[in-house]
This record gives sequence, structure tokens and C-alpha cells, in this order.
Amino acid sequence: MYSKGLVPLAAASVVTITTAFALVFFYAPLDADQGFVQKIFYIHVPMAIVALCGFVAGGWFAIRHLRSGERSWDMRSYVAIHLSIILGLAVLVTGAIWAKASWGHWWLWDEPVLVSFLVVFLLYCVYYPLRFSIEDPDRQARYSSVFAITAGAFVPLNFIAVRLAEKYTHPRVLSQTGGSMPGEMRLTFLVALLGVALLFVTLWKLELTAKHASMQLKRLRNRARVAA
Amino acid sequence: MPALPLDEAGKYVAAAYVVFVALILIYVAIIGAKIARIERQITELVEDDE
Repeated sequence: MYSKGLVPLAAASVVTITTAFALVFFYAPLDADQGFVQKIFYIHVPMAIVALCGFVAGGWFAIRHLRSGERSWDMRSYVAIHLSIILGLAVLVTGAIWAKASWGHWWLWDEPVLVSFLVVFLLYCVYYPLRFSIEDPDRQARYSSVFAITAGAFVPLNFIAVRLAEKYTHPRVLSQTGGSMPGEMRLTFLVALLGVALLFVTLWKLELTAKHASMQLKRLRNRARVAA
Repeated sequence: MPALPLDEAGKYVAAAYVVFVALILIYVAIIGAKIARIERQITELVEDDE
């Protein structure tokens, strides 16, 4: 069911990420201002974008769950949020590494982009205790969906609020005017973004396949127990 | 702050990419272990049925 197209998708992810890494280290020029440290951005920013899109997708799947009542949509929402939290953790760690190299500090509390991402991350960390504190599966799925929709709506609002903020000490990678990124850097960044997006979808399908198999096994065991 | 020299910046860049690769590998390993457990349980179920 969920495993359809998983192998070609996994192969595409590996090829794209390998290409992206090759472009990062052998094709993209060194940044005139930041030097070699800027290479962190080719992995940090795509992960942040994909994680935020994953949170929004989790909200979208939750809407589908509440409208249809099908548990499979709740499972899709849960796995999307779960993966986005993992990516979010990687974003915070790689961001801190870049900040230390570039600013000399691991974290700056007056930097709106950093703090707003942390707020989103911590908000979604609440999802686990909320979900697993409810034993009844239907209620668990329903309450989790409501949370996923509310939090999913908060993500773009948060993003817009940060963009409207006056202080811009955090570098902008993409802007409406196209930014000042040279063509080679832009191409490398877009390939890295595609690679991380493909990786996200591959891992999402992989986890869904494992969860679906586990649920089918449980049903089979219950049937065997009843038959015995 | 001025840009770090290559030898010093390299450590930070390597650390960031190691974090990314390590997280992916840990995640795949956990899912792999889960699938292996499911396969083991299916085998037990088939053996019980026989």
C-alpha cells in the first residue's frame, strides 16, 4: 500500500543528495563574506524548509482525517510531524554549529529566525505527550488531528511574522527579488533542497510501510488468537 | 566577524554534515530494526499456524 514506488524514490533520493554534496564541495564557489562556513547552509536551510513544509503537510493530512474519519490519514499526519521534528532537531544543531563558526556564539536569543524556529520545534514536541496520553485510538487520532491543524496553521503565520520583523541579522537565502546568490550557488541550493525533499518523502513512506505492516500483523495475531 | 580560515571552518562544516548523515542513519537503523522485528513475528505466527 505505502511501499508503492519506494525503491525508485529511495534511489532518486540517494542520487540527488550525492549530486548535491558533490556540487556543494566541488562546484559552488566560496562565499566572499562567510567563506567555507557558508557550505553549512546547503544542508541547514533545505532541512528547515522541508521540516516546516512537513509540519504544514501534517496539518493538511489531519484535515483529511477529520473530514473522512479514515485512520490512515491520521497515520500520515503523525509520521509527517514525527519526521519534521527529527529534521527540526538537525536544523537546530546545524544552525548552532553555523552560529558558533560565524558569530562566535552557539545561540542568540535576540535573533528572531532562530527563536521562532525553536518555538515551532517546542510546540511540536508537545504533540507526543498529547498523542500518547490518550488511550482510546479514535480519540487519540481526533485530538492529535486538531493539534496538527492548529499548529500547522501557526507555522506559516510564524514565518510571515519573522519576515515582517525589522531586525535581519540572520542571512536570507531566498527572497522575492531572488537575493544575491550567484547562479552556481542557487543551482546547488535547489539540488540540495530537492534531495532533502525526496529524502523526506522516502523516509515518510518507509515509516508508513513499517507501521502499516505492524498493524496488519497485530490484526492477524488477534484473528489467530480468536480462532484458537 | 571575519570569515574563518579553511582549516578552522572545515571542522564546523564537517560537524554539520556529520549531524545530518548520522541522524538519517540512526533513523533508518531504527526503522530497519522495526521491520526485522515484524518479520520475526510473522515467522513465529506462521510456525504456530503449522
